[in-house]
Amino acid sequence: MLKGKVTFWRVVFAILVVLGAYATVLRFVRGLGASTHLTDAFPWGLWIGFDVLCGVMLAAGGFTLTAAVYLFNLKKFKPIVRPTVLTAFLGYLLVCVALLFDLGRGYRIWHPLVMWNPRSVMFEVAWCVMLYTSVLSLEFGGVLFERFHLFKLLRLQRMMLIPLVIAGVMLSTLHQSSLGSLYLIVPNKLHPFWYTPLLPVLFFLSAVCVGLAMTIFESSLSAKHFGKQLELPLIKSLGRTLLVMLCVYSVVRFEDLLHRKALGLLRNGGWETGLFLLEISLACVLPILLLLVPKVRENPKGLYLASVLSLLGFVTNRLNVGITGMEAAAGQQYFPKWTEIVVTLAIIGFGFFVFAMAVKYLPIFSHEAVPEPIVVPEVLPREVPELSNVES
Amino acid sequence: MSKGILYDATLCIGCKMCEQACAEKHGLPYDENIAKEQKQSEHKYTVVLNRDDKFMRRLCMNCQDPTCASVCPVGAFRKTTLGPVVYESSRCIGCRYCMMACPFSVPKYEWDKTWPLVRKCDMCTERLQSGLPTACAEICPTGATKFGERDDLIAEAKDRLAKGQGQYVNHIYGLEEVGGTSVLLLSSVPFENFGYKCDLSTEALPFLTYRVLSHIPDLVAIGAVGLGGIWWLCNRKEEVAAAEGRPAPSKA
Repeated sequence: MLKGKVTFWRVVFAILVVLGAYATVLRFVRGLGASTHLTDAFPWGLWIGFDVLCGVMLAAGGFTLTAAVYLFNLKKFKPIVRPTVLTAFLGYLLVCVALLFDLGRGYRIWHPLVMWNPRSVMFEVAWCVMLYTSVLSLEFGGVLFERFHLFKLLRLQRMMLIPLVIAGVMLSTLHQSSLGSLYLIVPNKLHPFWYTPLLPVLFFLSAVCVGLAMTIFESSLSAKHFGKQLELPLIKSLGRTLLVMLCVYSVVRFEDLLHRKALGLLRNGGWETGLFLLEISLACVLPILLLLVPKVRENPKGLYLASVLSLLGFVTNRLNVGITGMEAAAGQQYFPKWTEIVVTLAIIGFGFFVFAMAVKYLPIFSHEAVPEPIVVPEVLPREVPELSNVES
Repeated sequence: MSKGILYDATLCIGCKMCEQACAEKHGLPYDENIAKEQKQSEHKYTVVLNRDDKFMRRLCMNCQDPTCASVCPVGAFRKTTLGPVVYESSRCIGCRYCMMACPFSVPKYEWDKTWPLVRKCDMCTERLQSGLPTACAEICPTGATKFGERDDLIAEAKDRLAKGQGQYVNHIYGLEEVGGTSVLLLSSVPFENFGYKCDLSTEALPFLTYRVLSHIPDLVAIGAVGLGGIWWLCNRKEEVAAAEGRPAPSKA
């Protein structure tokens, strides 16, 4: 599939590369004012609302799945650990790239390392994201060590795996929720549909939902594009877990709105109400209704549809928190400039490209060579063929 | 000890000499066109707003417990004992969380620069250190902007409210807003008219995030032990099976 054919997506990618390069020059030569629609009244836009808030959320599959496989010992999910960890690792790297665009002085991105302010949520997020990206690089490092036959390093990595996974789950719990805590400081600016003391809880729960939905989505796409057998029993099992988590999230979200008496605001109308309803329908109502139907949750297409809907719903949620909910207080509407959109799309495109390259050159789907974390074999196999299908 | 500014809008004649003095003090451009601009910006740290010939200044409130100082990931903002909230530009990474978080939306950004910084009034911190009043208070011809000890200014504001029966809105803006600010305002028309939020909590905002952040060390300890325990419990049955020479129990 990676031969030099001209396909629709390659043309799109080429256009994005060209436009993205121009947008990048504009951003770093003429500054944020010329390359974004950000203003003093609206200082955070698409790059924070989508690239960072959604980017981190969409990379949540890494910690949910590693916890399931390595801590809860649900070994049947092992075949999809590598692609999921790769997605998470790429996701976090791309978030860092986006931050370099958004930060006014990206070359100082390392400052939180030495200039501390432990009272700041942003400080905590910065540290967690940095540490978790390091953890992911070590979790993913096993694939590289295996590919290049660095067995000593591989053995070392496997010895560290359980502590690494535990650290990864803790760090993710902290910063996924803290991205919500960032907005706790704006009680007078964020619209009451979204401002709640429960923001960190809701951000964490939705990250778990998205982690599951993203794993279903990605496994389905991989099955389609990398000619890989779809692990249907696994996907079904993830679908059931997703249903449970969506229900938990929805109950917390609804109870919170109820107790804060925010539901009465629905009568006010306005674009906030529209986008709020869109978010709730996509993230909660539709996927739950779909997944409640046994025929849908037993069917690859049904599972794919439900996961895509909930992904769109939670993306809408993050954009609502980051953008929609802040507009009224800012007294102005914000719509991203083309450069902001192009940079965002180019970053996503780059992510897909690197993923495809990794699948081509690294043992992403040949997970079989990873032994049990507690059993380190004397001799590691150099090449192990499709064992997993036998194993699982 | 802590200095403050008392601005009494009823004494203000809208001459904008404070704007000009501020620009000069901070090395900013100032001309007729800039004088006409009715908003704070990266080149205008203070502005005299005119709504139907009622005046109101806007400047950094220099909060007692500043939100900007609490949110900044690199600690670029600091409340000094003299009163001013100062910004150490060499630390700033440009995340603009201060602009998002400030309840008064004071910090402004140099959007047109390749390597921008945040800009705001620093209550003439250098002048205060040499025992001088702020530039805006020094130049004010009518005494509308008055500099002094914050406690003295509060007493004076209360006195003016008591004496000027009905002349004022019965509120000292900045006395209690978000835990109090170094800048205090008196006005004859509602503060909302000039974009001042009147629904602000009397408690300083940083506690909203700090009460969550302060639980993190506990959460890390509990979480790490709990997850380690889950790993041990969930993997033990296989170890037992292996030791007893049985096949591993069926996979979950």
